[in-house]
Amino acid sequence: MKVRVLIRPKAGILDAQGQTVERALPALGFDDVRNVHVGRLVELEVDNPARVAEMCERLLANPLIEDYEIVTAAADGART
Amino acid sequence: MNFGVIRFPGSCDETDALLAARRVGDARLLWHTDRDLTGIDAIIIPGGFSYGDYLRVGAIARFSPVMAEVERFAGHGGLVLGICNGFQVLCEAGLLPGALLPNTSLRFTCRQVELEVTKSRSRWTSACEPSELLSIPAKHQAGRYWAPDPVLDEIEEGGQVALRYVPGNNFNGSSRDIAGVCNRAGNVMGLMPHPEHAVDELTGSADGLKLFESALAMALA
Repeated sequence: MKVRVLIRPKAGILDAQGQTVERALPALGFDDVRNVHVGRLVELEVDNPARVAEMCERLLANPLIEDYEIVTAAADGART
Repeated sequence: MNFGVIRFPGSCDETDALLAARRVGDARLLWHTDRDLTGIDAIIIPGGFSYGDYLRVGAIARFSPVMAEVERFAGHGGLVLGICNGFQVLCEAGLLPGALLPNTSLRFTCRQVELEVTKSRSRWTSACEPSELLSIPAKHQAGRYWAPDPVLDEIEEGGQVALRYVPGNNFNGSSRDIAGVCNRAGNVMGLMPHPEHAVDELTGSADGLKLFESALAMALA
């Protein structure tokens, strides 16, 4: 099964990348942009998606500084 | 005294770490797949970009075979120093509290920094006086020390903050100006600046030697 893991900086931690992008967009005429955050996308194929959360906790994310969201193909059918 | 300096694929400061350690004792290189730490009194995890910094700084290196041995070694009270990328690896491994985030500037910065030695449990600064100032170079893009406020309170109260940037020197945006921390026992320490690059007046400062001398004093004690 195809799985996507979306990893974001935790709320409350200064997201320097997100802020930089947020400052750059108005310069291009995109004035109505707020709360930009830059994270990572990990795509993988697994037989047992139930184990992906453990993968996130141990390697794919650092739970101290990052939140992760697991999106399976079933829930994301239109895009996979 | 015998230092072991770990070399991961992508390490780049292991040679300077070896040369610095040899000013106070013997030192040899360890490869990331080594599992034998026999005869080693102190481990140094050097700076660089272990495993290309893929995924997250230090994230892959912490699962290398040698790190399992380092965790065991540290658990028995062995001296472990993580410098720059080594600090990131030790945080990822959970041997030190907190994490290192990208500098607030998002820039790779290389500059001399002034550090103040904090009264702490760290055995790696035991040869320094509290409030002593050290001038040591720093060079990194992900050196912003961060931990949740309750953890910062805990490590400050528990004597685990070993070094702070002197006002005006915290270029990476670290929480509470923290430049170096140690574990509760004091045998494991990590810092972003590079003491191994400051061991000779010829290159501007020999203040970094103090950390290696501290380790020697502990090993002889």
